[in-house]
Amino acid sequence: MVSAAPLAVPAAPPILAAQGLGKRFGHFRALSGVTVDFSEGGITAIIGPNGAGKSTFFNLISGAFPPSEGRVLFRGQDITGRPPHHFARMGIAKSFQITNLFPHLSVRENVRVAAQARRVRFAFFRDRAAYPELTERAEALLAEVGLGDRMDRLARELAHGEQRALEIAVALAAEPTLLLLDEPTAGMSPEETRDMMDLVQRLAETRTLILVEHKMKLVMGLCRRLVVLHQGELLAEGSPDDIRAHPEVRRVYLGTRA
Amino acid sequence: MSAPLTRIAAAEDGVPAARPGSGRTGRWLRRAGRHRVALTLAFLLILPWIAPYQALAVTILVLGLYALGFNLLFGYTGLLSFGHAAFLGGGAYGCGIAIVRYGLHPVLALVAGTLLATLIAAAMGVLAIRTRGIYFAMTTLALSMCVYYGFYQAESFTGGENGLRGINVPSLTLPGLRLSLLDPIVKYYAVLAVVGLAVWLFSRLLSSPFGAALEAIRENESRAQACGYDVRRMKLVAFVLSGALCGLAGALQAIHLSIVPIETMHYSTSGQAVMMALLGGMGTFFGPFVGAATFALLQDGLATLTSHWQLFVGAIFIAFVLFLPLGIWGEVLARLRRAGW
Repeated sequence: MVSAAPLAVPAAPPILAAQGLGKRFGHFRALSGVTVDFSEGGITAIIGPNGAGKSTFFNLISGAFPPSEGRVLFRGQDITGRPPHHFARMGIAKSFQITNLFPHLSVRENVRVAAQARRVRFAFFRDRAAYPELTERAEALLAEVGLGDRMDRLARELAHGEQRALEIAVALAAEPTLLLLDEPTAGMSPEETRDMMDLVQRLAETRTLILVEHKMKLVMGLCRRLVVLHQGELLAEGSPDDIRAHPEVRRVYLGTRA
Repeated sequence: MSAPLTRIAAAEDGVPAARPGSGRTGRWLRRAGRHRVALTLAFLLILPWIAPYQALAVTILVLGLYALGFNLLFGYTGLLSFGHAAFLGGGAYGCGIAIVRYGLHPVLALVAGTLLATLIAAAMGVLAIRTRGIYFAMTTLALSMCVYYGFYQAESFTGGENGLRGINVPSLTLPGLRLSLLDPIVKYYAVLAVVGLAVWLFSRLLSSPFGAALEAIRENESRAQACGYDVRRMKLVAFVLSGALCGLAGALQAIHLSIVPIETMHYSTSGQAVMMALLGGMGTFFGPFVGAATFALLQDGLATLTSHWQLFVGAIFIAFVLFLPLGIWGEVLARLRRAGW
């Protein structure tokens, strides 16, 4: 394993740690023995060619399904195999690769109901309007992702790029300290991609971001660290410069063009 | 994912059924939505004067509450259950047994019936909620038939095959009030007092944060879970609340009919709930009462013409699913919405 870039090393435990993480689907080993520490703050990108195990890795660290082997630690605490809603309550939020919203609810309600999940769940008698702070929070978040003028539309009526932005707002509504994004620019036009990347950068100012991306160029200038997966195994990790210079990465991922 | 049937409400023409969170509704419909309890009660207040006869109005009221309770799970949470007869029947038997065997006051008997249905719902829900989609529907069907046979066998309590007879409540004595339930109009408004309370509570529930969470679960279960909702637990609570509402409907039915036929618990009664919810419009507030009225009128009208009335009701039901998937009330709302109301 290649060691991380020798930046200032904090004493606190990493915000997220994968220890020997592996996943089998039947006889197929999608991922095996991946050990990575994610330190607090900034953006870490998980990259790799198609079929490298990026999405599997993402799903394991976000609790979508349990690993076949290994552990996931959040601030030093073992969270392996906990149900998805526990992840949200600990402050880990994720956005999905495939747009995954509440299609027949309004844009505002999409975010409001997500914000509500952290505060009130089993309240049967009070009106939902009796929690104006949730609506205000939803509207502020929507303004932040650039959907301030779209709040009364149904989620399904939005354009693809807008839905991706809403996706992020829904994830942010859970007040995460760690935000996991699965290919946030998937299927976007170049212009939408640029907006999304600006947004990602802004979000990272106050949170830790881990994102999966297969367009390496996109993340090179953005992230502090990169984790490169290849054929279900950890190939390299380090700063963008380390990765660019890494001979194995150049061979399998960047090809001769790099 | 949820059962395919639960997607019927979202018709292909892009007009979603009436939903509190939906963004396209015009001013008048929004205003009506805010007063949905008052408007529903206004309709129910005049119902006995427009129904063909007054006993039928009571039937519509009771069936409407049954469909309303079912709709909490079907229309608002996105779970299709084929076992709600167990709750209607549980409520009916609980209430009937409390009156016949223990001589309880009718109001306490209503509470007893509702409690029994709630317990049955909790037991069935704990098992059924582990499954999804068509498996959920089948599990609830199987469990409700277990309950059916249980009640069928417990003859000394339930009357077995003959049903529970002799639930005679000629009058209702409340502090400072004595109502003769032999008068069909008095009986109707006495039942309406209970149903009205249930409708109000139901409306509060839908507007509550919990109701919002149920909608989120219906719309996208995995997303709701990723937001931090304990989806399984919330579904169970919705299942039990739905069972309680249907149990209350059953308890009222026992007093209304003064008998609990064993068929009350039969799976065909579960099918009735599905039919009424779809005829009226799933996921709409007022739809269950429209569906119940349609069903009761069809049954009443056709039964006098032919003993094969169920065949015709079935055919009409199929026509609805094919050509009017939003249901009567759902279609009315969709048209008003398109007209900009």
